[in-house]
Amino acid sequence: MAHSTNVDPNTPLEYQSEIGKLNIFGFWVFLGAEVALFATIFATFFVLESGTVGGPLPSEVFDLKNTIIMTLLLLISSFTSGLSINELRRRNVKGMMVWLVITLLFGAGFLYMEITEFLHLIHEGAAMGTNAYWSSFYLLTGTHGLHVSLGMLWIILVMFQVKRQGLNPDTAKKLFVSSLYWHFLDFVWIFVFTSVYLLGMVG
Amino acid sequence: MDFRVHKRLLTRDGGIMEHNTANHSRIPWTQIIGFVLSIALTFLAVWFGLYAGLAYNVMVALVFVLAFIQAAIQLFMFMHVTEGEGRWQVGKMMSAAFIALVIVLGSIWVLNNMH
Repeated sequence: MAHSTNVDPNTPLEYQSEIGKLNIFGFWVFLGAEVALFATIFATFFVLESGTVGGPLPSEVFDLKNTIIMTLLLLISSFTSGLSINELRRRNVKGMMVWLVITLLFGAGFLYMEITEFLHLIHEGAAMGTNAYWSSFYLLTGTHGLHVSLGMLWIILVMFQVKRQGLNPDTAKKLFVSSLYWHFLDFVWIFVFTSVYLLGMVG
Repeated sequence: MDFRVHKRLLTRDGGIMEHNTANHSRIPWTQIIGFVLSIALTFLAVWFGLYAGLAYNVMVALVFVLAFIQAAIQLFMFMHVTEGEGRWQVGKMMSAAFIALVIVLGSIWVLNNMH
């Protein structure tokens, strides 16, 4: 790994190796593909939004309080993920780990709320096969929820690696890239919240 | 010392970083401001959507404007999109936004003209 000595010490660790720089840029390209993935699912959702025959309307079953709690849990976790990167740049491993654990807890809280909500919706007669509206609803929120689960697993794995190897340009890059992924989950949720839940509650 | 000065000039031309990654103070103001703004925008969207009594089209336009502002806050204040290969990364996200808008708005337009 190229950790050359002529790097400015003020440069964050994750940008100090050539491969680190390239991986971070490459990850932005990956996020561009993720935007396209979610765009196609959003397109499906908007197009089939009126297919509500044979099931409850979203305005009948969505709960404002629940939605706001889910939104805040994910937003707070995105914020604490940012704080962990701030500690990474101060080379404060302990502080960084604490913020990562808090991030994971809020992520787990979000997943718990989402799964509880799915069970509640199914109980109300809004299951995956009920109609086009609910199928596209589960496709969209389910794909997002899968990303949240993967993001949590990824952060846990990186944390174990940092525990073993400590901070170096390689682990710092992995921490930074996984935090980009985590922020991206909230980025997508902003649009899920707006177009599915908020407009769904308006009816 | 000579080398450091030389490098600083080099990076300024090469557009690598140096100036835009110095965000590691004890109190991360950028993140805190972004967080407070995001919460405010979320509740503002709820108010526009459910309580302000706006015409439907106006309300939809407004809540999506708020969503895009909040997405930009994530990119610029939380995700440090302008760091490293900043220009390329911002360009990549703008092209991704274009792809998303064409797919979503294009599909809605086509399917609404079907009947």
